[in-house]
Amino acid sequence: MPLTLDHFLLLGAVLFAVGLYGALARRNAVAILMSIELMFNGVNVTLVGLSHYIASSVPLLGQIFAIFIITVAAAEAAVGLAIIIAIHRDRKTIHVDEIHLMKW
Amino acid sequence: MTEVFSTIGFYIFGLVSVGCAVGMITARRLVHSAVFLVGSFLGVAAIYLLASADFLAAVQVLIYAGAITILMLFAIMLTPGTVETGGQGRLAQKVGAGLVAGSFLLVAVYSLTGTNWSLSIQPDQPTTETIGKALLSSYVLPFEVASVLLLAAMVGAILIARDD
Repeated sequence: MPLTLDHFLLLGAVLFAVGLYGALARRNAVAILMSIELMFNGVNVTLVGLSHYIASSVPLLGQIFAIFIITVAAAEAAVGLAIIIAIHRDRKTIHVDEIHLMKW
Repeated sequence: MTEVFSTIGFYIFGLVSVGCAVGMITARRLVHSAVFLVGSFLGVAAIYLLASADFLAAVQVLIYAGAITILMLFAIMLTPGTVETGGQGRLAQKVGAGLVAGSFLLVAVYSLTGTNWSLSIQPDQPTTETIGKALLSSYVLPFEVASVLLLAAMVGAILIARDD
């Protein structure tokens, strides 16, 4: 039984769904950021699988997309964690329920 | 025979990455979550190798399993006393999140498996040269913008997290 494109697409969808559940169900801001990284991974698995199984005008288009996603994810993680550390210094908590100053 | 081995490998590493992902979102202690996250990233790196994406597999190990996890661990250490607790509305939140994630998974699986892809398996070859040439010719503008973005993120992270 050979590997097919569906294997990669299903794995990407499952990883994205698990990350989505974590991002919605966890209350710790660091755990939410980790779940978002998991969602990025699911998207990257999908793109790499498509890049392997489907011809594009530019060679390896999906992998180049994945590289840019990884770049932006690294920038997002750095700024997000800096914001979390600043919030923790200011309010002594990183539970998203207790950070509700701008909630109407 | 090679096909059978790569399929077996796909199932093993796919199970590792999904299992570690589930462990990550259920672990109560954040450090355990971070360790599970490393396992999930390494499993995904092996999946990349099975799709003959050697450069991306190396990038995945270096950037995700190395750099981003270390960043997460630093953030966990710098924000002590934050073990996840139960509380009011906890179950409702979990049920809602499960509904959203489950319905997303249903729609994604239905649409992805129902699509008629025009398949043509790409030949296995080293990808680093192709990616490098593409990044410095067709995609030189996004490449340069990405470097500016990383610089801005670095300066911004230092400025926000600085103790003044």
